Amino acid sequence: MGKHPPLLIRGGRILDPSQGLDGAGDLLIQDGKVAWAGAPSDGSGTPPGCRVLDAAGLLVVPGFIDLHCHLREPGAEEKETIATGTLAAARGGFTTVCAMPNTDPSTDTAGAVEFLLRLASEQGHVRVLPVGCVTRGRKGKELADLAELAQAGVVGFSDDGDPVADSFLMRMALSYSTVTGLPVIDHLQDARLFGGGVAHEGWAASRLGLKGIPAEAEEVMAARDIELCALTGGRLHLAHISTKGSLEMARRARERGLPVTCEAAPHHLALTDDWLLGTRGEGGPFAPLGPLAYDTAAKVNPPLRPQADVDALVHGLRDGLIDAIATDHAPHSAVEKACTFDEAAFGISGLETALGLLLTALVHTGKVPLVTVIEKLTAGPARLLGPKYAHLGTLRPGAAGDVAIIAPDEEWTVNTAQFASKGKNTPLAGATLRGRVVATVVGGKLVFQKGAVSITASR
Amino acid sequence: MRSSRALLGEALREGKAPAWQRRHVLDLDDFSLQELELVLHTARAMKDVLRRDVKKVPSLRGKTVVTLFYEPSTRTRVSFETAGKIMSADVINVTNSGSSIEKGESLLDTLLTVQAMAMDIIVLRHPHSGAPYFAARNLGRSSVINAGDGTHAHPTQALLDVFTLQEHLGSLDGKRVVIVGDISHSRVARSDLWALTRLGARLVLCGPPTLMPWDLLKGRRDTPGHPFASVEVETDLDKAIEGAEVIIALRLQKERQGAGLLPSLREYARLWQVDPERLARASPNVRVMHPGPMNEGVEISPEVAHSAQALVQEQVTNGLAVRMALLYLLCGPRELGA
Repeated sequence: MGKHPPLLIRGGRILDPSQGLDGAGDLLIQDGKVAWAGAPSDGSGTPPGCRVLDAAGLLVVPGFIDLHCHLREPGAEEKETIATGTLAAARGGFTTVCAMPNTDPSTDTAGAVEFLLRLASEQGHVRVLPVGCVTRGRKGKELADLAELAQAGVVGFSDDGDPVADSFLMRMALSYSTVTGLPVIDHLQDARLFGGGVAHEGWAASRLGLKGIPAEAEEVMAARDIELCALTGGRLHLAHISTKGSLEMARRARERGLPVTCEAAPHHLALTDDWLLGTRGEGGPFAPLGPLAYDTAAKVNPPLRPQADVDALVHGLRDGLIDAIATDHAPHSAVEKACTFDEAAFGISGLETALGLLLTALVHTGKVPLVTVIEKLTAGPARLLGPKYAHLGTLRPGAAGDVAIIAPDEEWTVNTAQFASKGKNTPLAGATLRGRVVATVVGGKLVFQKGAVSITASR
Repeated sequence: MRSSRALLGEALREGKAPAWQRRHVLDLDDFSLQELELVLHTARAMKDVLRRDVKKVPSLRGKTVVTLFYEPSTRTRVSFETAGKIMSADVINVTNSGSSIEKGESLLDTLLTVQAMAMDIIVLRHPHSGAPYFAARNLGRSSVINAGDGTHAHPTQALLDVFTLQEHLGSLDGKRVVIVGDISHSRVARSDLWALTRLGARLVLCGPPTLMPWDLLKGRRDTPGHPFASVEVETDLDKAIEGAEVIIALRLQKERQGAGLLPSLREYARLWQVDPERLARASPNVRVMHPGPMNEGVEISPEVAHSAQALVQEQVTNGLAVRMALLYLLCGPRELGA
């Protein structure tokens, strides 16, 4: 990724939480790497043949890292491919995405990792880092070859969607984590308590006659795995936590000095289970069901939770307990959502709305500082990826030339027809958001730009 | 006294009855008191029709009704079919067996196909909660009547329940109504909750704690205006039944035991069966209802099921009247002349 002419991003507000940088300035990318970022230049240092991107009024931040997304290839190319998923990532400002292994075949061998990496290098628009399975075929019966997967380049292990129910096997996986140095990425779900539920167990689900998923289905697994983490010393990363209880368990684990980290998804930070009532808050929680009730686009696992949980997550984001924001981008084909709520697939297509939703719901409302949100999309996840990826999520000289450029106040309407993702499944379809990504650079290459962004050759 | 039919006609002509704006009947949560009264009033006129020697009126001639049932049903499906036929509508029945549903056709495609056959009203029964909302959202022309969706709602059952109770008790205001059984999975109980609370009944819900919709009843209790704030929960049937004027026993699906929600049907019957001994604790004029089909010997004893207090057969007849009323109102009221 170094074959592109130098790129000067000029006149923006450079915000890089990794080095406490926030101010007007320029950013030069040369040979695919950040050459320098900082105070406005007089142009004298601009290399010949340099392209110039005018970032006046725009926010310039390190490219986002998504620790948790589903690219669906191989096996479910009707939902998403490496090509469409990574283009969606680029449109959302993400320059690195971690691909979850619940593909078909699943990413449970070194060969599967190599295949994915080759596909990504040929067809990907952004960097793709594979996550490997914990168990062979994600069946929860025997461990995958974890050390070989690590050597092949996975960044963590997860049986996402079908979490390891067998406590003994989970102990072994965490124990192996001390060898690979890589985290077990834990989708917290007790199978029996989950029990075929489709929405958070609470007023809304009960009102709708939908089978509930209690918060405890997530929390009992958090409790188990934190203790197994303590027992083994292995790294545990709690994926898409959605309840106040699991957040508090993560807090106590951190206080005990355990190697436990966690992430939250934008939809869990911004939307509540009341969404399913279809009233959009009008008339209060007891209003008759609206015509939009049972919105399958909002069926997601973990489910949307009540306001108290959302508030707790927002607090956890602000106080630093939550290490990263991850999209859990889960694209599905239209037919899997054009059905009853019970039949619909779980998942929200999240890459292309993540930033807009975060800015609209958290930053513009004053709930979370901008710098915190950007940190949780950049330096936060980079830290979890470890020293091997220290060149990501930062604009330090020598870092990867990965940049997201944002129009923080631009209002736009979510039009899923314009999504690059094949997954149009988002409850935000038709919503107006404030703040969007207008250009994305990966290794010095402009992989996405909105029409309004102007690029000129340097004079 | 003038007939209710005449009263209705008068009310409609004089613009006293609330205009019927509704295209779909999905649940009773959005029915105003006026709308409820209009349906019940219309149903009384329909019951007059059922008492005639020749049970046929031309009101829905040229109208098409399809019953689209994804679950087994006797009374509800036959009731809608008969209601439509008495009013001269053309009624077509589609069930999942023997139709393209068996070939894997999606609900959406089936609905669109049926609508394309110029159906005015689609009566939908589906095992998944919310299916009628999905149908209403995706159909541009046909009306949708919810004939029972998953564990969510069964509005026509609730309407026939309140119709039956009004016939016996007059106003339901302040009347103690006990619903006993698997409240949590009962769409009947849920629609009854909306209708009976709106009409001012004092509701007591009774059953095992594992089959109680706690979140519906207790969730959001801090928020003012809770629709079920006055609803009482009493797990002890002997206490709940004390002074009851109405008891609605619910069908206990036998699968609930296999799913671990209760220890045994035998024990359930001992604790929550409506039997003569318990009935003696209720008001002397107590009425017993059951939406059917009954598991006699489980939630209701055979003696009670076939006692003079049981209104089960009346409920079925009234169901016909209520469904005639809804079909009539949805097609736009016309003269009811023979």
